[in-house]
Amino acid sequence: MSQTDLFVTLAQPDQPFDPLKNDKTTPPTTGNMHATDAALDTEACFKLKGSRVTMTILELYRYDYQSFADTLAATVQSAPDFFNQTPVILSLEKCALDGFIDFIELGELCREYGLVPVAIRGGSEEQAVSANVAGLPKLPAATGKEKSTDLIPDAPVTIREVEIEVEVPVSANRIITTPVRSGQQIYAAGGDLVIIAPVSAGAEILADGNIHVYGPLRGRALAGVKGDTSARIFCQSLEAELISIAGNYKVNEDLQKEHWKGNIQARLEGDQLVISTL
Amino acid sequence: MAEIIVVTSGKGGVGKTTTSAAIGTGLALKGHKTVIIDFDVGLRNLDLIMGCERRVVYDFVNVINGEANLHQTLIKDKRVENLSILPASQTRDKDALTQEGVQKVLDELKKTYDYIVCDSPAGIEKGAMMAMYFADRAVVVTNPEVSSVRDSDRILGILQSKTLKAEKGEAIKEHLLLTRYSPERVEKGEMLSVKDVEDILSIPLLGVIPESKAVLAASNQGAPVIMDSESDAGQAYSDAVRRLLGENVEHRFLTASKKGILSRMFGGR
Repeated sequence: MSQTDLFVTLAQPDQPFDPLKNDKTTPPTTGNMHATDAALDTEACFKLKGSRVTMTILELYRYDYQSFADTLAATVQSAPDFFNQTPVILSLEKCALDGFIDFIELGELCREYGLVPVAIRGGSEEQAVSANVAGLPKLPAATGKEKSTDLIPDAPVTIREVEIEVEVPVSANRIITTPVRSGQQIYAAGGDLVIIAPVSAGAEILADGNIHVYGPLRGRALAGVKGDTSARIFCQSLEAELISIAGNYKVNEDLQKEHWKGNIQARLEGDQLVISTL
Repeated sequence: MAEIIVVTSGKGGVGKTTTSAAIGTGLALKGHKTVIIDFDVGLRNLDLIMGCERRVVYDFVNVINGEANLHQTLIKDKRVENLSILPASQTRDKDALTQEGVQKVLDELKKTYDYIVCDSPAGIEKGAMMAMYFADRAVVVTNPEVSSVRDSDRILGILQSKTLKAEKGEAIKEHLLLTRYSPERVEKGEMLSVKDVEDILSIPLLGVIPESKAVLAASNQGAPVIMDSESDAGQAYSDAVRRLLGENVEHRFLTASKKGILSRMFGGR
């Protein structure tokens, strides 16, 4: 039996829902130096995350109640241990029928034999509607990169194992390896900023998270610009014009008094920006 | 394959045109067919430094606008074989430089020349942008003082982001040329040292040109200082050209000359 490799993509948000983080393209203005309401994240009772799971696919070629029931019974008999509350996706992509399918009836039948349908894939509009009524959402069609294997090679109903590719959350962190020059502005939206080069005077680096500079920091560094008070700034030589965490800042004049050219970290203690040697 | 070298700095008056003239002449003296283009439209200077101001008929903008061809416009240097100058227009402004126009002229020059030296105007406006946009290499001219270094840093940022090479994901080769360097004043703490500047800009050092009376004298005579092989500045530029061509030449003129007892008694030079 020839198999095509198929992929299903489940669109998942890769970030906790946070209305403040919707606008990722524009760096916040640095003139806005007041601290924003903190601790939005700590009060949330859940997070939505993306993940990758291996799923069983039930590929349906045609459907009538009796023959489906018979085939299913035969399949389960051939591998009884396999079907134990197994979630399956009903694939209609190779189904000859594009008219109505009673998914409530089909679902009950499946559950009777230890299969739990969780979604459909492919199929017609009409089938999508009746599946929806039965509580089965429709997944986007396969993209052609899916790994699949026949679970039970000679079973009358093809049941395959597929790996469903859920969009892997891309890290919002940024790594910069070239010097950040005067007049340049670099912003890591929604993550940390790591710079493995000098940051010149007149340059500005910003991050929603932490800032690491493996080199002299001579420009302006602003961490936690969306109000994350737990953000920190690390650098190998503190020669900055200004450093700021969640709107609490120190200017060059204050910085020169202590830890100047030091290998330091800066963090917030309450509203106080504290600099200490690493 | 022709190479385009931009001589730029951000700040004005640091020696871009002097350097363009010296490096262009130096490359030609080494036998490479070289053309120097003056991008400072409206403030034409290169022709004066090169001593060909009385021979300017057409200019760069005329060529861009199709009012003259390159053959009519290029001025061949009378002293050095292989060297030509493309003068800027004195009556127009920088808006006359269009990207397509500049590209057309450069493409045409690439067919005959080994090196195209672009003398950038000061600032970061259109003229400077056009001078650097198509460059393969950049010579960043810096004086050992903080504002010049800051402006050079800014220019380096632009070289890395707003040039054709940058847009293609490649990098322009950057060279630092420190001019008007006075080891005596560095020792007194009045001037940034080579190390200070290298530390801030972190790009390879092409050369250090000592502060020298020969530079002003050469400018006034309309002869590139590199042709004055007796002078320290001329020798320093020669070294820089050799390094630009890939030779490994030791840096000179970095330390104050020790004054002997006689010169101290009779007041030095």
